[in-house]
Amino acid sequence: MIRQLTSSERQTAAVLLLGVTLAGLALAVLGYGNALAVHGVITAVLAGGLLFYVLSALYAPEPDEDRQSAYYDDPIKVGIGLAMAWAVFGMFMGVWVAAQLAWPDLAFDAAWSGFGRLRPTHTTGVIFGFGGNALIATSFHVVQRTSRARLAGQISPWFVLLGYNLFCIVAVTGYFMGITQSKEYAEPEWYADLWLVIVWVTYFLLYVRTIARRKEPHIYVANWYFMAFILVVAMLHIVNNLALPISFGEAKSYTVWAGVQDAMVQWWYGHNAVAFFLTAGFLGMLYYYLPVRAQRPIFSYRLSILSFWGITFFYMWAGSHHLHYTALPYWVQTLGMTFSVMLLVPSWASAGNALLTLNGAWHRVRDDATLRFMMAAAVFYGLSTFEGSFMAIRPVNSLSHYTDWTIGHVHAGALGWVALITFGSFYTLVPSLWKRERMYSAGLVEVHFWLSIAGTLIYVFAMWNSGIIQGLMWRTYTEEGTLAYSFLDSLVAMYPYYIARAFGGLLFLIGAVVGCYNIWMTVRSMPSTAARGQDLPAAPAPAVPGE
Amino acid sequence: MELDHTTLVAFSKSWGLFYLFAFFIGVIIYAFWPSNRKRFTRAKHSILERDDKPWK
Repeated sequence: MIRQLTSSERQTAAVLLLGVTLAGLALAVLGYGNALAVHGVITAVLAGGLLFYVLSALYAPEPDEDRQSAYYDDPIKVGIGLAMAWAVFGMFMGVWVAAQLAWPDLAFDAAWSGFGRLRPTHTTGVIFGFGGNALIATSFHVVQRTSRARLAGQISPWFVLLGYNLFCIVAVTGYFMGITQSKEYAEPEWYADLWLVIVWVTYFLLYVRTIARRKEPHIYVANWYFMAFILVVAMLHIVNNLALPISFGEAKSYTVWAGVQDAMVQWWYGHNAVAFFLTAGFLGMLYYYLPVRAQRPIFSYRLSILSFWGITFFYMWAGSHHLHYTALPYWVQTLGMTFSVMLLVPSWASAGNALLTLNGAWHRVRDDATLRFMMAAAVFYGLSTFEGSFMAIRPVNSLSHYTDWTIGHVHAGALGWVALITFGSFYTLVPSLWKRERMYSAGLVEVHFWLSIAGTLIYVFAMWNSGIIQGLMWRTYTEEGTLAYSFLDSLVAMYPYYIARAFGGLLFLIGAVVGCYNIWMTVRSMPSTAARGQDLPAAPAPAVPGE
Repeated sequence: MELDHTTLVAFSKSWGLFYLFAFFIGVIIYAFWPSNRKRFTRAKHSILERDDKPWK
């Protein structure tokens, strides 16, 4: 891959990597004697290793291909590999922490392997590691294809992808050592946050510059979703992570926000991370890969525009539903609740738009597990957004909040929507990216699909049951007006559901491993279609009625 | 006029509503503007074309 860069680009890459290596060494020196130094060493070793790789090919011959007449796919291929590796890691950690809830001995009595430290490695591993890499890879693919232009940079896509993974590695290794800001989904400390700002601004500029190069007059709607994802995540990340380190040689920092303002900023961030990281970006995937796989244009382009603006402007206000019955002013809670209910309209517009696109192609959904992945994702998207709107209503929230129902809801979205649309997109993308006729095994895609569906359903039903039982037990009073059940009573009642939840997660993990094997074998052993020459229609596309 | 919590609440409750409605109407007009129809139809079909090269 390094051989595809010109020698001056290789030099730039080497200088950048040298800079990161030195920055890592500086952190190691500044943080000598505490956990910050470990992160300095990790950074220096990873960047130094890449530097060695770049230097080894520094004087290799110049690339001979005409780069402007081809899309830039190397970073996308690496991004898919990284996403699948993070999927296996993150889901394994999820199964482990789920099993710890049923069998606490699985913490093995060590500090690093306790539930509190392992749980964020699961959330960061799946959301940022798996989801983030999938978003970066697919956004690079979609923006090039829909703009009919090559990525606007040779080094910057690598900087974005690898820099982002450095952030994830620093985050996850930090949790094992007990480094955390204690903000959910924003756990990494100040130095990792600053690094992510640099990476993310580069990502934004790269994306905008590629769109500026487009040969298509109109910016296809999937790009709008990806742009909203990149732009808003930058905004959220910066505001929520404004913090002062106790010194430049310490990992620990304190946020500039205080009290209920801190809570509001955190959940403005937290819910919009769901909205723009886990929804907008993945809707970008849906609006590109679903029509491409089904070979049918999206049912209504206008509806996709209306739901885009609905989602972007409604979600911004929904975060306060995480703080019902707290010190947050009552009207702010009501505002969050109202916007959460209104969100049902644009969410169902997107889900309905996807399903109506498939209307008339149901036989393909039946025969093609890849398309079925995306169909199921749209169904789960519709179900979990309905559930979310419902749970945001204050009296419903008084039953559901702090219970496993919330966990069930999140996983209906994360497994049923985010992961299924990603696997569907990858199974569409991998053969076309590596120029293979099809995936190695359609049967294994089928196995993966059913493992995922079974795992998700077992997980979600277990958590619905346990959540509602918990909520009811916690609010049951005796005739004397005291609580009928102790917390321990409710914990004992959870035991069978915790076992079921761990089993459901295990099925989902096995599905992801099967997916990795299938992708690996597709790349390694399927014959390339490129050898057969230009097997394309002579005319670009048949004329479309009504155009 | 003193800028306190009540002032900000009054501002967000009134102007917040106006700006969201103005935005909503703007988006409706854009989506249903007759001359945009051709552009949207082209956009939704163009992703299905099979050539896999950047355009010159």
